[in-house]
Amino acid sequence: MSALEIKQLNKTYRNKLVALRDVDLAVEEGDFFALLGPNGAGKSTIIGILCGLVNKTSGTVNIFGHNIDSETRAAKAAIGIVPQEINFSQFETCLEIVVNQGGYYGITRKLAMQRAEKYLTQLGLWEKRHERSRDLSGGMKRRLMIARALIHEPRMLILDEPTAGVDVELRRSMWTFLTEINQSGITIVLTTHYLEEAESLCKNIAIIDKGSIIENTSIKKLLAKLNQETFVLDLVKPLSSLPILNGFNAYLIDEQTVEVEIAREQDINTLFNLLSSEDIQVCSMRNKSNRLEELFMKILSND
Amino acid sequence: MTKHPILIAFNTIVIKEISRFMRIWVQTLVPPAISMTLYFVIFGSLIGSRIGKMDGIDYINYIAPGIIMMSIINNAYANVVSSFFGAKFQNHIEEMLVAPIPNIIILLGYVVGGVIRGFMVGIVVTVVAMCFTTLSVHSWPITIAVVVMTSILFSLGGMINAIFAKKFDDISIIPTFVLTPLIYLGGVFYSINLLPDIWQTVSSFNPILYMVNAFRYGMLGVSDINISTAFAILTIFTTILFAISLYLLNKGIGIKN
Repeated sequence: MSALEIKQLNKTYRNKLVALRDVDLAVEEGDFFALLGPNGAGKSTIIGILCGLVNKTSGTVNIFGHNIDSETRAAKAAIGIVPQEINFSQFETCLEIVVNQGGYYGITRKLAMQRAEKYLTQLGLWEKRHERSRDLSGGMKRRLMIARALIHEPRMLILDEPTAGVDVELRRSMWTFLTEINQSGITIVLTTHYLEEAESLCKNIAIIDKGSIIENTSIKKLLAKLNQETFVLDLVKPLSSLPILNGFNAYLIDEQTVEVEIAREQDINTLFNLLSSEDIQVCSMRNKSNRLEELFMKILSND
Repeated sequence: MTKHPILIAFNTIVIKEISRFMRIWVQTLVPPAISMTLYFVIFGSLIGSRIGKMDGIDYINYIAPGIIMMSIINNAYANVVSSFFGAKFQNHIEEMLVAPIPNIIILLGYVVGGVIRGFMVGIVVTVVAMCFTTLSVHSWPITIAVVVMTSILFSLGGMINAIFAKKFDDISIIPTFVLTPLIYLGGVFYSINLLPDIWQTVSSFNPILYMVNAFRYGMLGVSDINISTAFAILTIFTTILFAISLYLLNKGIGIKN
C-alpha cells in the first residue's frame, strides 16, 4: 500500500502565487523518502496540505488510503509532523507539550505519560521534562518536536528540515534515531537542504522546483546519472605548474592543491599512474562537493 | 470505561486552558478583585451612600450584580481572545490543527475555558462584594443560567476577535472601543428608567443591558427589562456567534493558508 499518494495537486495562494503545479507523488509504506528543492520550491506547501494547515486548490491526497478531504481524521491520525519552525508554547514544560499533544490525538493521559517517557528518554530530553520549552537549546527544541510528533505513534513521520541549524554531533544522532524508527516500520518523509543527509538516509527521492516535481526516483538511480565527479587532491610537495595529465581535466588551484574532473568511464588508477610518472605524490583526496549536491545543481540548472 | 478520543481531546483543551489562566493568576484573577474593590469603595461606599436607593434597593446592592457581571463578561472575553490569539501568534495552534480534532471541539474547548474563568472571576468578585455588603440570591437557576450564557456569548466574541486579529493591538480594540462603552452604558451603575425616553430606546439596542438586568433579577429580583426577552436575546446572540465562529474555523480564516 502507498503511504502517501498525491495526484494532480495544485495550490495557488490568495496573492496569486502558484506554489504547486500538478504535483504527482507516491511514497511506499516503510520508505525513507526525501523531498528536495530550493527555497520556495513548494516543499513546505505540500507538507502543509498533508497536515491540514494549508488548503489545497485542487487535486487529491491519500494517506494510507485515507483521503484527506473525506477521511480527514483517519488521515491526520496516520501522520506525525515535525515542522520547520518551532511551534509549541514557550511557557509549557516539555512534558506538558508532549502529553497534551497525545490528548489531542485522543490518547489517555496515562498512556501519553508512558509514551512521553519513552520518546523523551530516547531523544535525551527526559531530564529536561519539567523545564519550560523556552529554556531549551535550539537542538533540544527540535528533538522535542520529534518526540511530540511520535506521541500518537503515527505510521508516517513527516519532517520539514529537521536538522536545520543543529550542530554536527546532534545531526548525526538524529540521523541514527530516524534510521532506527524507520527500521521499526515507520515511513519517513523529510525535506532537507543537507543533501548529504538525503544521500545517507533516504532510499527514494523527489526533487521539486517552482512547484513542479522534476525528478522522482531512487537515490541509487539518481546517483547513477552522475557522469562526472570533481575531486580535490592535496599534494605532498608544492608544484609551480601542473603537467598535462592526458585524458583528464586538471587544474592547479594553489601550489599544493589540484582539482581533477573524472568521468564515469575513466579509471582513477590511470590518474594516479600519471601523477606518479610525473613524481607528484598525493597525500589526500576528497570529493569537491557532495555527489547528490552536484547532481541536484545540474538538474535544477537544466530545468 | 474507555473514553472516546474526542472527549479526551476536549478535556485536554479545557485543562490546558485552565492551567494557562491559573499559571498567570496574578494577571487573570487578581486584577478583577482589585478593580472591583475600587468600584465598591468609590461607587458603593463613598458615592453610593449619598445616592441612597435605586429601584428601592441600597445603591451598593443595586450595582453589585452589574459589577460582578462586568467582570464575568470582561474575563470570559479576555480569556479566549488572548489564549487563542497567543496560540496563533506562537504558532502552537498548529498542535491542534494537525490533530484529528473536529473544529467544533476546538471551539467548545476554548469556550468552556472562557466560561470557567468567567465563573472563577465571578466568585472572586462576589467574595470581594461580600466584604462591602450583604448579598442574597433571588433565584439561583436564573443567576447561574445568566452567568453561563453570558460567559459563553463573550467567549465566542473573544474567539471571533482572536480569529481576525493579526497583531496584539487587534485584541484590545474591541474590548476598549466596543465592550467597555457597552458595559458602562448597559445599566451597571444605573436604572435605564432614569434616562430620557430617547436614550432608553437607544439603550434597548445594547445587548449587555439585558444580561446585566437578567443577572440583577436573579440576585435582587428587580430588572428594567423582561427576563424572557433577556434570555431570548442571549440565546439568539449566542447561536449567531457560535455559527459564525464555527464557520470561520471551518474555513480556516486567520489560521490556515
